[in-house]
Amino acid sequence: MSAHTDFPAHSDFPEPIEEAPEPYEHYLNHRYGLASWLLTKDHKRIAILYLISVSFFFLLGGAMAVIIRLELTTPEGDLVQADIYNRLFTMHGIIMIFFFLIPSIPGVLGNFLIPLMIGAKDLAFPKINLLSWYVYVIGGLFTFYALLTGGVDTGWTFYAPLSTTYSNTPVVVVALGVFITGFSSILTGLNFIVTIHRMRAPGMTWFRLPLFVWAHYATSLIQILGTPVIAITVLLLGAERILHVGIFDPKLGGDPVLFQHFFWFYSHPAVYIMILPAMGVVSELVAAFARKPIFGYPFVAFASIAIAVLGFLVWAHHMFVAGISVYAAAVFSILSMLVAIPSAVKVFNWTTTLYKGSISWDTPMLYALGFIGLFTIGGLTGVMLATLGIDIHVHDTYFVVAHFHYIMVGGAIMGYMGGLHYWWPKITGKLYSKFWSKVGALTIFLGFNVTFFPQFILGYLGMPRRYHAYPNEFQVLNVMSSAGATVLGLGYLIPAVYLIWSMRYGKDASANPWGAIGLEWETNSPPPVENFDKPPVVTWGAYEYHESRVAPSLPPPKQEVMRVT
Amino acid sequence: MSSTHVLPLRIYFGVFAALLVLTGTTVAVAFVDMGPLNNVVALGIAVCKATLVILYFMHVRYATRLTSLVVASGLFWLAIMVGLTFADYATRGWLGVAGR
Amino acid sequence: MSPETPSAAIGAAAITDEHPPRLAHHFDSYAQQRESATLGVWIFLVTEIMFFGGLFTAYILYRSKYPEAFIAGSHQLDVMLGTINTAVLICSSLTMAMAVRSAQLGRNKAIAGFLVATIVFGSVFLGIKATEYHHKFVEHLVPGDDFHLALEHLPTHHGKPVTSELPTGIVGESRADVALPTAGPKDIQAHTQLFFFLYFGMTGLHAVHMIIGVGLLAWLIRPSLQGRFDGNNHNYVEGIGLYWHFVDIVWIFLFPLLYLVGRHG
Repeated sequence: MSAHTDFPAHSDFPEPIEEAPEPYEHYLNHRYGLASWLLTKDHKRIAILYLISVSFFFLLGGAMAVIIRLELTTPEGDLVQADIYNRLFTMHGIIMIFFFLIPSIPGVLGNFLIPLMIGAKDLAFPKINLLSWYVYVIGGLFTFYALLTGGVDTGWTFYAPLSTTYSNTPVVVVALGVFITGFSSILTGLNFIVTIHRMRAPGMTWFRLPLFVWAHYATSLIQILGTPVIAITVLLLGAERILHVGIFDPKLGGDPVLFQHFFWFYSHPAVYIMILPAMGVVSELVAAFARKPIFGYPFVAFASIAIAVLGFLVWAHHMFVAGISVYAAAVFSILSMLVAIPSAVKVFNWTTTLYKGSISWDTPMLYALGFIGLFTIGGLTGVMLATLGIDIHVHDTYFVVAHFHYIMVGGAIMGYMGGLHYWWPKITGKLYSKFWSKVGALTIFLGFNVTFFPQFILGYLGMPRRYHAYPNEFQVLNVMSSAGATVLGLGYLIPAVYLIWSMRYGKDASANPWGAIGLEWETNSPPPVENFDKPPVVTWGAYEYHESRVAPSLPPPKQEVMRVT
Repeated sequence: MSSTHVLPLRIYFGVFAALLVLTGTTVAVAFVDMGPLNNVVALGIAVCKATLVILYFMHVRYATRLTSLVVASGLFWLAIMVGLTFADYATRGWLGVAGR
Repeated sequence: MSPETPSAAIGAAAITDEHPPRLAHHFDSYAQQRESATLGVWIFLVTEIMFFGGLFTAYILYRSKYPEAFIAGSHQLDVMLGTINTAVLICSSLTMAMAVRSAQLGRNKAIAGFLVATIVFGSVFLGIKATEYHHKFVEHLVPGDDFHLALEHLPTHHGKPVTSELPTGIVGESRADVALPTAGPKDIQAHTQLFFFLYFGMTGLHAVHMIIGVGLLAWLIRPSLQGRFDGNNHNYVEGIGLYWHFVDIVWIFLFPLLYLVGRHG
């Protein structure tokens, strides 16, 4: 276990053990019954609860996307009326953002892994963790109810005065749903911050933490500082709607643009809530599948914090044409350029990590590589949008839609999928089909690009967003986009099938099927209830692959790998 | 740690008295015309009162650096929200073009 | 692959037998539990700063836009009642701090007593607030269709009656060649309605927090009478104390911002 050359290459890994492992008590079989799940305080079970609910909302939001793309195959608004179309894209946005993207990685992967990664038995506040899930579900129910009664038509951005005065849809119900769910975000962030500060195992210093943990710490900062502002905003929105009087009402001397300031003060940092955890996942995946420490670890760690802080200084770049002053627009434009820098630092560092690494093409790595490429495109187009002159031209067009889908789907969702695939054996104790997982990843990648790249062109050519009818000359690109969306939808179904299949029929996973470094790989798959049989003491850095140390506290590897099918 | 550090009673009563005195002062001063200074004094007194409560009643004076950092961050972020919002409102009309 | 140690069957009973009382299973020491609780409460208070912060931002904006309307609005509020309320809340902060101190010393009966005192002061505050709201309702100063600021109630400012004039705040500074329209009497009604929306919004939100605080304090009385708290374990008392002090601080700012605007004649 000393020389670098002793480190086995992937192809040298021995066959997995054929006989079933001895049964042992872990968090899944520890107790049975609905009550043991709905009243659990175990962060691992709560992660599973989140997994089920975010998957439900993803399906719901996805269904709306299907109808939208179907409508957009023809230039006429012939599938649904304009009013219904407004509700479709509004609910698609609200559900995807508040009920899928924001809670997904922190709620599922963060909850499951952070205590494991830092060597703790649970999060700092297990009951608050469970509460955060219930609060999320209740907020979701309000929104679901609003959906069933026809949905809201204001756009997920709820701009006044449409939302406060003129819309005839259940705005208050959805606002309440968002308000309530915001507390879930706050409670999760609070829990993570206290946990990371106070519950690290002996020897787990800040700079030995996995970058996944740093990313979630930064995310939690945003959740704490930003979410309360959307809370007060929707409260004011609801008040103005109910009382017919409020501070955004021009008749009283109020300013509707103030609503936009408040709204975007949260909603811009919110996009960093959605992307930072995915970046944390990518750091883990790149290190594991290049068999190398992340290049420039401190820079990546500080970049996460920098993104969180700078992300609060740029919100009015959503408002360049809303009527803010030219000087403010210039200030926010410059600040928006600044926030691109730490993101770029991360991309450079991941890429450099890959250089001369021992790359393996396992499915999680495919997602990580997809992330790096697609996030770069999304990020660069973001810098384009931050440029005032360009934004005047492409604001409220499909260029913007393409930009944020590249980040949210090409970035965040691919990060989520990569993380799910990487830690699935740890979470479920099961291995999934290597072949089908690669098919799924490639289908998603292909479908995604065919869906969204044409939208950059459409936007630049002038097609407005949120329109269900468009001039004939845009049809070809729209059809291409819708065709891609079909492939993308199929692409998401494939993992759903084989992952669920694996839970019943998959081969059992070892403690460390990838041969990766990390405390979560030091315990069995699935982990015992209190995570570790003995509390770990950490004496090594986060990604000490070059030390040829794979599993520091387990005996030298007779490693199991993902079984090729 | 703050919880184990028991403050002597006189500190609590001292802060209490100071808070009442400052309240009286701010009311009295409000009725005196000091031009733009009125706002400064009113806010300044409020900040003094809040500081006393934070440092002594809430034990931040005896707490960890992390606690102080958390408090400071909260206030700093509020300043960001107010300040950058005003980057817009204070500069409207500077260009002399309608709506900008 | 089988687990390394046979005790993977955790043996929960064995652990809790050795585990100190009232120390949650995932914590290693009382100090860790206490520090985590305190940090957690402070982080929550930061969210409250940002929550109220939105209203303060709106207040600052509109006060700078419509200073005369804010003067007019502020003058409709009762300074005496506001001052009394401020003093009441400061008393409640003292008794709350005493409750926490008693908890640190493990004097449970004293905790209960101070909690009750704090609840009393808090209730007095809420009662006075309710009275003020009632006055405003009767005087037609609640924002809505019924709102009407009686012009004879307009105060003077710098010796002149506060009527509608060109806005003089930092906002909308006019250049010589761009004239802003003069505001008419309707506008002082409209802008003062904004003031009162903020008045009710901010004091209302504050009152909701007070009511929740009173509830939390009441919830602590039973455990203290049962002798539950000591020097190592009084996180709930300390945490709710922090919350109560925070709500007090919000009022410390609300009072001058709402009641003492342009009070000099």
